[in-house]
Amino acid sequence: MASKTDLRRFPGFLTVTIVCLVVLYAPLIVVAVYSFNASTSITKWGGTSLAWYVDVFTGPEAPKFQQAAINSLVIAITAAIAATIIATLASVAMTRAGRFRGKTLSFALISLPLMVPEVVTAVASLVFFTAIGFTSGLTTILIAHIVFCIPFAYLPISARMQSIPDLYEQAAMDLYATPREAFKLVLLPLMTPGILSGFLLAFIISLDDFLITNFVKGAGVETLPTAIFGSVKQGIKPNIMAISTLMLIVSVIFVSLSWLIGRTGQDKNQKT
Amino acid sequence: MKKLLMTASLAFFALTGAAQAEGKLSIYHWFEYIPQELLDKFAKEYDVEVTMDTYDSNESLLASLKAGKLGSYDVAVPGDYMVKILNNEGMLDTFEPSELSNFGNIEDQWADVSFDPGRKSSIPYQWGSTSFSVNRDVFSGPIDSLAIVFDPPEELKGKINVLDTSGETLTLASLYLGIPQCTPDKAQLKALNALVQGAKQHWASFGSDIAKDVLVSGDAAVGMIWSGFSAKARSEGANIEYAFPKEGYIVWMDNVVLLKDAPNRENALKFMNFLLEPENAAAVTNYAQYTAGVKGVAPFLEPAVANSPESNPPAGQKGVFVEACPQEVQVLYDAIWTNLKK
Amino acid sequence: MAAGATTSGGTVSNIYKGNSAKLMFPAWAMIGFFLLAPVGMMIVYSFLTKEFRGGVIWEFTLAAYDQFFFDRGLFGDEPPSIEWTYIGIFWRSIWQAGVATIACLLIGFPTAWFIATRRPSTRSAWLFMITIPYWVNLLIRTVSMKFLIRDTGPLNEFLLWTGAVSEPLGLINTNFAVQLGLFYSYLPFMVLPIYASVERYDFSLSEAAADLYSSIWTTLWLVILPVVKPGIVAGCILVFVPSLGAFLAPDLLGGAKTFMIGSLIEEQFKGSAGNWPFGAAASTILLSIVMAVLLIYARNQNKGSER
Repeated sequence: MASKTDLRRFPGFLTVTIVCLVVLYAPLIVVAVYSFNASTSITKWGGTSLAWYVDVFTGPEAPKFQQAAINSLVIAITAAIAATIIATLASVAMTRAGRFRGKTLSFALISLPLMVPEVVTAVASLVFFTAIGFTSGLTTILIAHIVFCIPFAYLPISARMQSIPDLYEQAAMDLYATPREAFKLVLLPLMTPGILSGFLLAFIISLDDFLITNFVKGAGVETLPTAIFGSVKQGIKPNIMAISTLMLIVSVIFVSLSWLIGRTGQDKNQKT
Repeated sequence: MKKLLMTASLAFFALTGAAQAEGKLSIYHWFEYIPQELLDKFAKEYDVEVTMDTYDSNESLLASLKAGKLGSYDVAVPGDYMVKILNNEGMLDTFEPSELSNFGNIEDQWADVSFDPGRKSSIPYQWGSTSFSVNRDVFSGPIDSLAIVFDPPEELKGKINVLDTSGETLTLASLYLGIPQCTPDKAQLKALNALVQGAKQHWASFGSDIAKDVLVSGDAAVGMIWSGFSAKARSEGANIEYAFPKEGYIVWMDNVVLLKDAPNRENALKFMNFLLEPENAAAVTNYAQYTAGVKGVAPFLEPAVANSPESNPPAGQKGVFVEACPQEVQVLYDAIWTNLKK
Repeated sequence: MAAGATTSGGTVSNIYKGNSAKLMFPAWAMIGFFLLAPVGMMIVYSFLTKEFRGGVIWEFTLAAYDQFFFDRGLFGDEPPSIEWTYIGIFWRSIWQAGVATIACLLIGFPTAWFIATRRPSTRSAWLFMITIPYWVNLLIRTVSMKFLIRDTGPLNEFLLWTGAVSEPLGLINTNFAVQLGLFYSYLPFMVLPIYASVERYDFSLSEAAADLYSSIWTTLWLVILPVVKPGIVAGCILVFVPSLGAFLAPDLLGGAKTFMIGSLIEEQFKGSAGNWPFGAAASTILLSIVMAVLLIYARNQNKGSER
């Protein structure tokens, strides 16, 4: 592929990447280590124990946390997919549909979820949902999550789309592709890194949200963050560390699988 | 992509459809305060499906009820002054003592309280105190004064954590100065403002959730803290002593209230009655390490909890309730707090 | 009149011209109904009279804005002067968020570049590597970060052991800790958008530059950065704006000794202050500032690209 590797390599960039990974992962080592702590404290080491993992599966709060984890994953995946689709369509409008009335306004609207402080969104949404008689529950959480995920998906996707000249689609359309075909067969494959980035950011922002969820959720519905915040008032116990470690393991499995699937797909693509 | 979307939406509807049962009870409760086993016991005994949501302060309970959550919960557990506020806001339902067969189990001192005269909407839950604890490895001098927090000795400066709530911090400061709560007196308020402004330089951090951890880890040598929380810190190995300062300290009581528009009023009353059983009240006490407001709990208490120094103030000390100030005075206290954290 | 606004100066293509309404509709509908309506309501609230302990009374007043901008003393009986308290809180938040954004950019750009120059089949795996830590709740990660950097924590013990320092660094409860926390909270929000842009970079541009005897750093500055600018801008927005309203890192790592915008506004809704109109007014002011800067930028970029 690359003819001159030296143009791709900047001195120090590898070091910075390593620093980046160390910063990202160092706190997780603390999480993983303290999930094996026999004591109930996260600051005092009391010997090695698997007790907290047993607690996660059989403890009195096990059903609550399991349900919360499932809720969180389903909401995050659904909200991220919906937000990514909405954001992709919006990016096409913003970068490929020339000028249109209300374009600046549209950009302002898409950025709005990012600009409004979280607690304001939370209180305002609750008041609004109550006013229109929307009963709170998983649906209200999902709607709220889709809304605040949109800018997180939109910005990487539109950044990507701006760096792709429309030559490729023009060429396809010169060859009698309809705009829809040009979009689907030409633009979308070129967009993959942007869409993946947008999806991942939307996913992690949804998975992590506490404040808005806590306000709009129905009584008794828990997501992982609300369940975790509900358990930390008396100090974080190692069972939270154990749950977090398990989430990490799930994510690694998830990612490895998608990577394996993705690799076979991409290798095929490269051959053609 | 399409397939993924389908699966996700299917799973989503499976989730929303779940959890439909006849008898229900919806509790709005403090963070980590009631053992899950006790909720399970109630659910089993009365064949009721119990769900619980949590909040982290009296004020956030009020905020979310006000923003629209009233009507989705049956019972909540506000602190003393918040019972009065909720009642003034018209957010509480009333019941007759005859509706609770265990009503007579309420400790005499809590049967008629200023924040709910005659206990028309609430029953006592747990009570405790707010003061401060000192790490005895760091400081061995006397700790019987709030000066430890507001005018600390040299070796404790910069090692103090205070609670991040204006009500408790400013009330303790008022006790230290010997001025009444909710005072509209300008000179007194200026003195209060000056006191906390001057003390802040000696404080390492503001934090409520972290109040226990900073003492256990040794990040702070003095921590303003709730009595049961201090007991937990001690049981986790911190060499700390909980102080009952001579100027006074805060006493608070959490109460189970019947909320207005409760979707399951019957079950709410059953639950309140259930919590007035000595055995069940003791289960909460053993878990949270505060003190129950119910007669006859003593036989069910773990000795370590019953004898904990945090729950047994020396005779003759004065504990005071935090008062709910009228609006025109409350804004002044808010201004002092904002001023402190600007 | 209505100049098009993209986040930066890429070419504005019009091959899907005429479909804009259809393409924009889902975004308009979702945000317009479920966010614009509630936020509009909040803006209205900022002009209403506060109800004691939360809520509003439907009577028009500018009291909330007056409180934000004018100081009348603790008892409200002094002649009005400029109130610096809230402006100061805003300025502090902007400063902290700015430092965190620059730190994210300095670390995030090389990381994104590094990922984009890996073999195509491994790039997704790298992206996942960046986001995996975020499967653990932010609260837990922040608490763990606190554990690492506190005076008796592993970082200081290690530095003491190596002899690099003679006493603990005293990082906890400082502005630096807050910036570190914000940096850590939002790092992937810088890396991923930049990656999405850099991945498209055409290396023949670098070759051309090299042929003209440009050093690689000159190439980076004059050739690469302008091309990947949309990604950098997107990343900066995604780090800076959420950092402004963040409250976990300031509370846990900074010791919550001073209000940031996020905690100030939260106090109005969830704290003892219970002053919804003032919280709404502070939010409206924040929203106006950020939105104005963003739109002015978008507009200028657009003019630039039209020339």
